[in-house]
Amino acid sequence: MDKVIIANNLSLAYSNDDTIINKVNFSVDTGSFIFITGASGSGKSTLLKSLYGALKPIEGSLVVGGVELKSVSKKKLNFLRKHLGIVFQDYKLVKEWTIEKNIMLPLIINGYEKSVTQNQVDSLLKHVRLQHQAGKYPQELSGGEQQRVAMARALAHNPTVILADEPTGNLDDYSSQLIWNLLEGANEQLETTVIVVTHHIPETMKVEYKHYHIESGDIREVI
Amino acid sequence: MKSFKNHLSLVIALVSILFTIQVFTVVDRSIDAYKDKLTKNYSLVIVSQNKLLPKELKAKVSTIADVIELSPESVIKKLNTKISKNNIELLKATLPRFYKLKLAIYPSPDEIQKIRKKLLKIKSITKVESFSATHDTIYNLLLLFKTVISVLAFAILIVTVLLIFKELRIWQFKHNERMNIMSLFGAPTWLRSAVLFRLAIVDALIASVVNFGIFSYIASSSWVSQELKTIGIHIVVFDKVNDFLSGLAISVTLSILLAAFIVLGHKEEV
Ligand SMILES: Nc1ncnc2c1ncn2[C@@H]1O[C@H](COP(=O)(O)OP(=O)(O)OP(=O)(O)O)[C@@H](O)[C@H]1O
Ligand SMILES: [Mg+2]
Repeated sequence: MDKVIIANNLSLAYSNDDTIINKVNFSVDTGSFIFITGASGSGKSTLLKSLYGALKPIEGSLVVGGVELKSVSKKKLNFLRKHLGIVFQDYKLVKEWTIEKNIMLPLIINGYEKSVTQNQVDSLLKHVRLQHQAGKYPQELSGGEQQRVAMARALAHNPTVILADEPTGNLDDYSSQLIWNLLEGANEQLETTVIVVTHHIPETMKVEYKHYHIESGDIREVI
Repeated sequence: MKSFKNHLSLVIALVSILFTIQVFTVVDRSIDAYKDKLTKNYSLVIVSQNKLLPKELKAKVSTIADVIELSPESVIKKLNTKISKNNIELLKATLPRFYKLKLAIYPSPDEIQKIRKKLLKIKSITKVESFSATHDTIYNLLLLFKTVISVLAFAILIVTVLLIFKELRIWQFKHNERMNIMSLFGAPTWLRSAVLFRLAIVDALIASVVNFGIFSYIASSSWVSQELKTIGIHIVVFDKVNDFLSGLAISVTLSILLAAFIVLGHKEEV
């Protein structure tokens, strides 16, 4: 099976003396569904940052979608990022844009036509139950609503890989289930590779998934 | 409302720069017009033993625009009754000739001195009256006025630019956030900065239009035309095409420079 992510002897750190991920080896099959768990501060978000090229490996190699991230050019990185759908732990919505415009962002960057863009946004807003909020600004929404906007944005351009950092962290059971259904749907129907950082793996999962746990700088599969 | 607030700070700064520049332009035009008026009224008077040809005077002093011979008739007329006709002819012949010299420029005191010296080199000229006392006062007053306005305009420009730089850091922060997010979704630099440049150009346009409005109003107000009438000059306070276009060029250039500053200063966070 094709590997969409290959990490070899990978180490991650913000400064030289403090390694957060220490010489790990792992790979992710294209189209698989991965859960990553770990204590607060164990390095889950740090690992995701390295996967979208915001944090360069200090050691080892990391290849995502065929792109070697240790010494990647800006152009190549942009190319890779266009194929990723990211839900950030702190959402990272553009404050001065409406919800609608925020969800459009990846579509604009990927050069979609206006009519396609509008249809896609309308459908996504319905999926995350925010169709009545389209014209509002992020600050006018609750934390959970913002999180759902972030989810919609990550799905907008049908990315090859979805990286979601605690996408249900602020949601009640009903809304959480909505998110899981969306992620499962993308994985099943579009063969999107899904990598989710979470504290609770839902019991209702219908698709096959793998579970990795981060502890003391190491990543191990939980079987 | 939200987008209005986004535009406000840069628009205000740009308007104040354009306003200052335009005020300075108006003052400069007024002074030039006033100088023109003074030039028309100003003349030197020379006294010569012999008849002088305008051509030879102009050859010596290039700034001479016109030479008018002052006729001695009026003086002689007063004597007319008591002196015989023969004697009057004699008197006319011996009387020196008076010339009024009009200049093409409004001269500085230095220039007047130079002209004096040049004229006195002509043998037959015995006296040059330049009315320098009055002239110098007016000239220095104009100079002072212009200097004061220049300093004031310069000070306002400096303060505005400093204010803009302070705002720049806030904008930089604000735009950095958006540019970072766009970058995380793979937007190339041009797309990330497109919003910023569009904003900058729109702000420059708004500022130019506001400036256009302000000065169109000022130019058409009766107070200003009354004031200009009192001084006795006629100037264009605001040229609706040329002044508008140069204001637009200045504000677009400035705001694009600012936007470029922000884009160049953009750093990606980890
Ligand atoms: N920008 C940064 N600069 C320096 N150190 C950082 C930075 N971000 C995170 N760290 C450190 O790296 C470690 C791992 O942080 P990370 O955010 O990956 O944890 P996490 O597993 O996502 O935790 P949580 O479940 O609370 O989100 C922490 O000790 C944190 O202090
Ligand atoms: Mg985290």
